[in-house]
Amino acid sequence: MSKLPLTPDAVSEIVAIIDGSGYDHLDIKTDAFRLRLRREGGGDGSADGWTQDWSFSEAEAPAGGDKVATVAELPDGLLGIAAPLPGTFYRAPQPGAPPFVEEGETVDENTVVGIIETMKLMNPVHAGCSGTIEKVVVNDATMVDGGATIMHVRPA
Amino acid sequence: MIKRLFIANRGEIALRIIRTAQRLGITTILGASEADASSLPAFQADEVAIVGPAPSNQSYLDVDAVIAAAKAAKADAIHPGYGFLSENARFAQAAADAGIIFVGPDISSLNAMGDKLMARKVGIEAGLPVVPGGEAANKDEALARAEETGFPVLLKAVSGGGGKGMRRVDRAEDLSAEIDTAMAEAQASFGDPRIYVERFIASGRHVEVQVLGDGENAIHLGTRDCSIQRRFQKLVEEAPAPAMPVEKRAAIEDAAVRLTRHLNYKGAGTVEMLVDAETFDFFFLEMNARIQVEHPVTEAITGVDLIEQQILIADGNPLGIRQDDLTLSGHAIEVRINAEDPDADFRPSPGTITRAAWPAGPGIRVDTHIATGGKVPPFYDSLIGKLIVHAPTREEAVEKLGAALATMQIEGITTTASLHAKIAADAGFRKGGVDTRFFKEFAA
Repeated sequence: MSKLPLTPDAVSEIVAIIDGSGYDHLDIKTDAFRLRLRREGGGDGSADGWTQDWSFSEAEAPAGGDKVATVAELPDGLLGIAAPLPGTFYRAPQPGAPPFVEEGETVDENTVVGIIETMKLMNPVHAGCSGTIEKVVVNDATMVDGGATIMHVRPA
Repeated sequence: MIKRLFIANRGEIALRIIRTAQRLGITTILGASEADASSLPAFQADEVAIVGPAPSNQSYLDVDAVIAAAKAAKADAIHPGYGFLSENARFAQAAADAGIIFVGPDISSLNAMGDKLMARKVGIEAGLPVVPGGEAANKDEALARAEETGFPVLLKAVSGGGGKGMRRVDRAEDLSAEIDTAMAEAQASFGDPRIYVERFIASGRHVEVQVLGDGENAIHLGTRDCSIQRRFQKLVEEAPAPAMPVEKRAAIEDAAVRLTRHLNYKGAGTVEMLVDAETFDFFFLEMNARIQVEHPVTEAITGVDLIEQQILIADGNPLGIRQDDLTLSGHAIEVRINAEDPDADFRPSPGTITRAAWPAGPGIRVDTHIATGGKVPPFYDSLIGKLIVHAPTREEAVEKLGAALATMQIEGITTTASLHAKIAADAGFRKGGVDTRFFKEFAA
């Protein structure tokens, strides 16, 4: 495929050439990619230099490809516990262990209700509210987006 | 002749390897997980083979899956990059059994450097100084060792890495409890509870030497200083090691070459030393038998493409560079841009990059797999790119680093770029030659 059309050295050379000109940016757009070179700063001197901003057309765009849990809207009268960051949601501290909480259990703000594994780190999920777990809406070991609702809570 | 190279890695290093291999006329096959199937390295590779689902233990760390994919792709060589399976002797053996060249050292070298204690033993055999201390099978032995070396001591996991299982102990009365914790951590992290005891060097610098060997001859490509670390994870690396007498640096380089020769080492390697920041006495720690994250700073000051050298040596060529051919030119600094929030205890920050305006221009190199619209998946480590600057002097390199960081704009996720801008402006860093305590004091 070899679709990246310019090597890093070629980009450096282009920048060196336009740096000596009066131009402040260069925008190259083809079907496959877009490269924007821009002279930054101007004035205060602290941000004096060029940037390169690459993007790729939608069809070619690098993407995550991961399946993310989609969550329906909150039913009336219930609160949601949101994933503090994106990652894999686990209901139990380790495989085979009992879940942190079951439906029907009461929680307070500091109750740990699950963990989210992100970039090899385990992050606890706190309930953040007091009440009874009405429903666990995300299955164990599922990818979630940051902010996704993972449990419904009936407020105390 | 290597004609089809399988890249068993992801991210910036996969893209970096693909670029050099393609320049050498080699067809590249990226072994990607499902989550990376449409990443920038996959876009650039000549072919893509899916090695498994997103979690790395089912893809990038699965020896059988990777070897099967490489065989199916009719690869004649595998480049493992860094991390994942790069120093896994079983993986190297499986490649050899499949008739595929492993771009890395011989299995004997991987075994010799397989754990820290063995590395220490080999270092002593090669005549290198090591930090006073040794193995401790139980608490009594640990206490005896500690009394020999004097407090404070450092407890280290024999199979350790990345700071896990490493503990500093200041007083004899704390030793028993700390050993329990260190052994438990070592067991949990590495499946091996063995620890050893070393004298704690209060003001130490992490200095390493890049070496190349062809099994017979060996050369060094100068030093790198990686003393700026957070919890034993490198943040900033530079070449050569600054603020150090020339003859002390030469002694360290010579020792590294001696070890490389002793091992009849084949390929690119890094010899890590702990250097006393005041006396410049040095102690051998371990040898990393792979390409390192921070290799670009060495490439900048030597003009040598280390990935090309790895491929040539793996292909059976003798070293094409003699020590006398090399001149180190200028000073280079690399900073690691991680998807982490430095203002929230370095919490990971995966997500979609809405804008990636990386620095550009002469003396600036950016190794990254992240473009505007790219995604940082939550499954892997947080490195999204490396900014490398190169200038005739260290002062100019530091200036260039500050200016480049000021122009850089990564939006959509939080990165450590702001932290690096502060480090680049720090008086101690600008002076050069800081020790490994730098970051703790800087962040306090």
